[in-house]
Amino acid sequence: MKTCLVVDDCAVVRKAARQILEGLDFRIVEAKDGEKALQACKRNLPDVILLDWNMPVMDGYEFLGHLRRMPGGNAPKVVFCTTENGIDHISQALRAGADEYIMKPFDKDIIAAKFHEVGLVQLMDPNPSAISA
Amino acid sequence: MTPPEYEYLRKFLKDYSGLDLSADKQYLIESRLFPLARKVGLSGISELVQKIMGGSAAFNVQVVEAMTTNETFFFRDKVPFEHFRNLIMPQMLRSRANRKSVRIWCAAGSTGQEPYSLAMSLKEMGAALGGWRIEIVATDLSQEVLEKSKAGLYSQFEVQRGLPIQLLVKYFKQVGELWQINPDIRAMVQHRQFNLLHDFSQLGVFDLIFCRNVLIYFDQETKTNIFNRLAKAVEPDGFLVLGAAETVIGLTTVFKPLVEQRGVYQPNEVRHAPVRTPVFAAITPKMAAMAGI
Repeated sequence: MKTCLVVDDCAVVRKAARQILEGLDFRIVEAKDGEKALQACKRNLPDVILLDWNMPVMDGYEFLGHLRRMPGGNAPKVVFCTTENGIDHISQALRAGADEYIMKPFDKDIIAAKFHEVGLVQLMDPNPSAISA
Repeated sequence: MTPPEYEYLRKFLKDYSGLDLSADKQYLIESRLFPLARKVGLSGISELVQKIMGGSAAFNVQVVEAMTTNETFFFRDKVPFEHFRNLIMPQMLRSRANRKSVRIWCAAGSTGQEPYSLAMSLKEMGAALGGWRIEIVATDLSQEVLEKSKAGLYSQFEVQRGLPIQLLVKYFKQVGELWQINPDIRAMVQHRQFNLLHDFSQLGVFDLIFCRNVLIYFDQETKTNIFNRLAKAVEPDGFLVLGAAETVIGLTTVFKPLVEQRGVYQPNEVRHAPVRTPVFAAITPKMAAMAGI
């Protein structure tokens, strides 16, 4: 089972993400800021990190820099998940080594689609229509 | 909705758009047409049926559009676009090297995600297509979805379903809350309102036809008829791409599936036969079993 580290200062968001990702067969580790996330990564590198941007203590962008400089820190896929929806932020995140980017609010379809983009979720063949006779 | 009203709507939709509803799709009519009825100030389905009987062509179009418009997203199902990049276009680059042109038809272009996904894929091929004339014709029954496609404006939700973030950054601009695909990509796609029940000859002949998730609306006979006409609208060495749940197997022999390339078909009757390659092998018993025949 693959592990996802969910980093967000909002417990409600972490819980929502956990529910969706457990449904996609991930084991979840939570962290409420970048520093806690870094500690978690030093213990065990996850397969993927769902990362908020604005958080107290250490924000997601700074965390990403630290992560990518860690030994083995290039391995985890990093999917930003933030209300910072401007193209400047997205470009900045990609340059810093983010793999994907989710603009909040999110739902199960968006999480599944983005995790599929980074190669961690197989999408089912969607039912093409409710009308098939 | 009374049984006669349901039967009336079934027949109306069948005649008008080819949409073939089985006897038990009342819920679908309710869920699609009740909101439309309320939007135009009617009390419900019964009054809506009366209005159709009254013979307003504009309203009839709205009814058909409400029944046939479906959600779609960028790079839907992924696999057909991988075939487009890795199989179809490389073959086109070789076989059309002299004329340097490719014509593509998205036969159910809907709100534009499919034709624009193809256009972005072509842009990503870069210099390989330098000097080539690429035509993407997107048609749909619904004028309303074509207008949306032309505008190329998508919600934040829509651009997060199937579109890799790098392509969003590269090919879209933020317009308030929405995202608009860039003018150079929009310019690659021509839009035309078109009913698949009508004669295709006005559209010309194509090298590739994407006809995905639309044939499911039609009965077997109409599907066969459309396949037979599609075979005339595609070059003998061209390609047809169908949706994930669609097949020609059991419906027609004018197209054959490509082995190991799910959803990709070629005309069977190769009029000026190019050299056959192993990829054009016949349907195997295993494939037939998978298709449930």
